Amino acid sequence: MTTDLEATLAGHPFFYDMEPEHVAALAAVATPARFGVGKQIIKQGEVADACYLVLDGDAALEIVIPGKGPQVIQTLHAGDIIGWSWLFAPYEWSFDAQALTPVRAIRFDAPALREAKAADPLLNAELMERFAEVLVMRLQAARLQLMDLYGNSR
Amino acid sequence: MAILVDPAPVRPMSPLWGTVASVRRELADTITLHVEPAGGELAFAPGQFTMLYQFGIGEVPISISGDPAQPEQLVQTIRRAGAVTNALCDLLPGDPIGVRGPFGNPWPVEAAEGGDAVFVGGGIGLAPLRPAIFAVLANRARYSDVVLLYGARSPQELLYAQQLREWGARFDMTVLVTVDRGEANWTGSVGVVTKLVRRGPYDPEETTAFVCGPEIMMRFAAAELLKRGVVRSQIYLSMERNMKCGFGSCGHCQTGRMFVCSDGPVFTLRDSARYLRRLER
Repeated sequence: MTTDLEATLAGHPFFYDMEPEHVAALAAVATPARFGVGKQIIKQGEVADACYLVLDGDAALEIVIPGKGPQVIQTLHAGDIIGWSWLFAPYEWSFDAQALTPVRAIRFDAPALREAKAADPLLNAELMERFAEVLVMRLQAARLQLMDLYGNSR
Repeated sequence: MAILVDPAPVRPMSPLWGTVASVRRELADTITLHVEPAGGELAFAPGQFTMLYQFGIGEVPISISGDPAQPEQLVQTIRRAGAVTNALCDLLPGDPIGVRGPFGNPWPVEAAEGGDAVFVGGGIGLAPLRPAIFAVLANRARYSDVVLLYGARSPQELLYAQQLREWGARFDMTVLVTVDRGEANWTGSVGVVTKLVRRGPYDPEETTAFVCGPEIMMRFAAAELLKRGVVRSQIYLSMERNMKCGFGSCGHCQTGRMFVCSDGPVFTLRDSARYLRRLER
């Protein structure tokens, strides 16, 4: 029987066309999560013990610059992933993320997700491919931001 | 016996003199001129441009950014980028200004009728889109969703900020704005405009997209529109090249087989894609 979480995951663009047994494996390590406005979702330097898939709401990815305070690097919205640091040792968040509006998300338990990946090479390949695509899009976006496209060319 | 008199020679390179009615400061380096055109009005279509002239300095192509339903006032938004635009930005009410045009082909807003009209603008690229948005909103019932996706460098550099708020307050239009660099009091979206293309509320299969901004932005925005499922021939871009005469005679703006000033500046992605990647020397 398909759970609500499985149905939500299966209907999400990030998991489009994924094998049902893989969706079930991911749903097994997932829980619903909610964050009120201003609530911290991840914190720089802390253990990256989760990965979030935003269903609704907006969150800000921030970094604290000494003397300037928190600077928003990017805002994340429905459909976005929050958190890569759980993928690679030392599993520590590089940025902060906080909810700008009420955020409804699916939280994946990172240690359990890593275990599931390790146990199933096909799931691992599937996930890494999907995450890689998102990472490439983020990298392209970061490069465009760095180019200062709208600046005067003088 | 009738005396045949030659009609007055057409002199398309001679500007007509208008008068600056008002100047609105938009951004630190950008102003909008409201010009009373010679002859009382200058009819134009959304997406067309004029050549604006300052005596003794030169001429530049500037897109018309006003409402096509109000031809009695020529509205042009100009950013300081060189000698001529600096002079234009220093104009005061009552000053004369040379105007040639309008030139170029228009945004085909009627192509979007019956479907969604999606406008994707970056920086000052919102200026050439604005007449098309006015035209669509003037016939709002003919369109399904109307969506504006706009990106700027920072919150201080949002062009037509008041207009964006007004459009955003409409129930029949969606306005999504993002900035490359947020600031402490900015609670809106931070990130490139291409990301808005991914999440904008429109039906890609029924969408006609109008894109204007720096060419690199247009390239990536077009790629995202295609990824979303918008048809290549339904994506229109406004190109900018070294336009001089305005009517396809001098060749300054020739790009491949096209003259941007007369064949464009509005092209479909299908017709312009190859030139978006070509290095211009």
